[in-house]
Amino acid sequence: MPDPESLNPLTIAQWKWLLAVPLIPLAGYVIQIFFGKHLPRKGDWLMTGGMFVVMCITVTMFFVAYGHTSVGVDGHAGSAFFAESVRPGPEGQTFSWDWLYMSRAKDAGLSLPTGLMYDGLGAAMLAVVGIVSFFVHLFSIGYMQGDRRYHIFFANISLFTFAMLGLVLSDNLLFLFIFWELMGLMSYLLIGHFAQDPTSHRIKQAAAACKKAFMTTRVGDTCLLFGMAMLYFLIPEQYNEYVAQGLIEGDTIAGSFRFTDLWSNASAIVEANHGDYPLWLTVAGLFVFGGTVGKSAQVPLHIWLPDAMEGPTPVSAMIHAATMVAAGVFLLGRTFPLMSPEALAVIAAVGAVTALFAATIGCTVYDIKGVLAYSTISQLGFMVASIGCGALGLVAGLFHMVTHAFFKACLFLSAGSVIHGCHHEQDMRKMGGLRKKMPITFACMLICTLAIAGMPLFSGFYSKDRIIAAAFGGMSLKFNGGNFAASVFLPVAACLTTFYMFRLIFMTFFGAPRDHHVDEHAHESPKNMTISLMSLAALGMLGGYVWFLHPLDLMGNHGTWFTRMVDWRTMYPGVDLTETNLKGMVGGLAHRHGTAADDLEHFYHGFNPHYTALIVSIGVLLIGVFVAAQMYLRRKWNPAKVTETLGEAYVWVENKYYVDEVVDASVIKGSKALANGQRWFDENVVDGVVLSVGRIGKGLGFLCAWIDKHIVDGIVNLVGNLTQAFGSAVRLFQTGRIQQYVSFAVAGGILVAAFHLLS
Amino acid sequence: MGIEAYLFVSVALFALGIICIVSRRNILYVLMGIEMILNASSINFAAFNRFNGGGIDGQMFVIFIIILAAAEAAVALAIVLNVFHLFHSVKPSEADLLRE
Repeated sequence: MPDPESLNPLTIAQWKWLLAVPLIPLAGYVIQIFFGKHLPRKGDWLMTGGMFVVMCITVTMFFVAYGHTSVGVDGHAGSAFFAESVRPGPEGQTFSWDWLYMSRAKDAGLSLPTGLMYDGLGAAMLAVVGIVSFFVHLFSIGYMQGDRRYHIFFANISLFTFAMLGLVLSDNLLFLFIFWELMGLMSYLLIGHFAQDPTSHRIKQAAAACKKAFMTTRVGDTCLLFGMAMLYFLIPEQYNEYVAQGLIEGDTIAGSFRFTDLWSNASAIVEANHGDYPLWLTVAGLFVFGGTVGKSAQVPLHIWLPDAMEGPTPVSAMIHAATMVAAGVFLLGRTFPLMSPEALAVIAAVGAVTALFAATIGCTVYDIKGVLAYSTISQLGFMVASIGCGALGLVAGLFHMVTHAFFKACLFLSAGSVIHGCHHEQDMRKMGGLRKKMPITFACMLICTLAIAGMPLFSGFYSKDRIIAAAFGGMSLKFNGGNFAASVFLPVAACLTTFYMFRLIFMTFFGAPRDHHVDEHAHESPKNMTISLMSLAALGMLGGYVWFLHPLDLMGNHGTWFTRMVDWRTMYPGVDLTETNLKGMVGGLAHRHGTAADDLEHFYHGFNPHYTALIVSIGVLLIGVFVAAQMYLRRKWNPAKVTETLGEAYVWVENKYYVDEVVDASVIKGSKALANGQRWFDENVVDGVVLSVGRIGKGLGFLCAWIDKHIVDGIVNLVGNLTQAFGSAVRLFQTGRIQQYVSFAVAGGILVAAFHLLS
Repeated sequence: MGIEAYLFVSVALFALGIICIVSRRNILYVLMGIEMILNASSINFAAFNRFNGGGIDGQMFVIFIIILAAAEAAVALAIVLNVFHLFHSVKPSEADLLRE
């Protein structure tokens, strides 16, 4: 273990700068939502300026963090080098404070502290979010021009960025979850941006899409919440049991959401359990992964993502590149030590299936944004499958998340630029020959297509090659369903990726114009849009090996800046690299296969998967480009005939495997039927009870009214009538004549006197 | 001459006063009847003081009654005047608003 001093090399001032990172867009949101309409240019300069500051801080802090990494020499000759990562220490080294504690529970240690966490992964991710968000903001100034809800759009996208920045900086699972949910809300608002614009002609589609996105991801969020609860309650229970049994030395612990606590406590439990993960930890890990399935659009919860294209294109770029979907992968990176080998196998299988599944659909879609949407799902599948293949795959998957963020943002913004230039036409069949009309957009899109296709020297190659290598390596060590699926499906999916991306390029930018109207209208986009495109394209190209001296080291033997920042051996402090823990760390890669050290030996000397992966990935690249060129550029193979040959299979793929239909028939129809059943119950049973209670009340009321009318009123009236009759009788004496009164008085007096005298 | 003579006069005067109050058709006569009753009581006071006691207690009461009668007459005449204004009549039988 390195000495604690080196764990937190950041100064308080630097922590404060980091704290400012999420607060700037939050403050911007508050200003924009209240005053945005009245600011000059509806406040877009304010939000974009704020994001520029954020980008500067995140990039500066990235270099600070990078400067604190050091080159270490690994004991295994010929392996990739490993470096120290910047990461928080166990105590007082994150910028943290108590967010909430219950007054009585405080003594028991049941407080909910929160704080900032800035490690290698966080540094890389934060910089990516800052950069991509700024360029998306800049792009939006041009793209959203003239929108009726321009200022609201900027406010919302700013809060969206805030949520993602906060998520990356959270040092505990609870706050990650809070920002996670906030992101769900903001995606709902942004995808449904046009649903609240009365002049839009796609109000209904936008409303349906945002509802679908929100509710589908909600399924995953619920899983995540379950997983969090299990981790919070079961980890201390098991840990304290082991402490009581003497298997773990030290004090008992209380529940915690802190990542550092989760990592070290879970690894201590695994160590005490002879290196095996308990079953509940597998279940909890799968629940946490459920959150990723929802947020990162894995099968079967991927259905929201293609529909999310209803949102404005900059929002798609945000969702698909830096925020939202990346959050799911980021969560896996944060909770990796909690994943048992069994859970990792499931993760790998789900990711691999998703990668292939979405890639096939991507080949049949004609909507330019639709192709990119399915490519995002497919690439997310790559990342998730890679993480499922063990610790080396973890780094590769997270690396792919970073490179993918740049080139996918650029691809989406380029697609936005094309759509903007073609007067909001999205169908690729109506485009063609645009490369002369939109040269900058074409160049940027081509660069990023090469990156996503995995062309050497472009960033995507370095990450994707590592993913495939991790899958092969994982299978060579320990055969399981997840590794096998990843090893078989991922190269096929990579081939399809190349095919559909070049299909997009050829259909859109090459050939003759297909639609006169669109062609006439096509023009290059304004400067602020093209600047964003060019910057992101540069990052998409260089993101893999910039600050790295061996761009031609295709084997990846020397690592990249990313493997220097994020090293699986040091990225989880508190997880000791003892033999048993290494099993846990490597997960599916090394579990139950001799000692961990032997595994690595075997991994690096007996069989180097990088050679195979290199050959495979370049091979599939060439196949994909060749097929796409034959079909869409040289027109040697007629796409219609290919479609015919594929027959029924094509129909299935074209209809997206009928997943939407199945979901519609099962979940949606089912819940509707349930709702109808409840409605029937409500109308007939509940209403019946309520109505009969009402009727009984009414009957009682009538009875009371009758009694009141006839008996009570009768008595009252009788009294009144008697009084009246008596009054009438007495009234006869009341003549008002004073003399009569006197007569009566005298007569009375005489009577009294007579009575007195006579008695 | 015994006390009976005085009492007889007093009773006669009282009876006449009552008859006057009850039977006369003019409100002024009613007032006169009241005066007669007051005088009847004055005679009684004087007579009883003369025959049963001594001193001047009864006479003092008589003087008070005379003063009171004068005050009463002033007030009563004012009332009569108002009654006449209200009913345009001095007949007590017509001033019967109290019946309501």
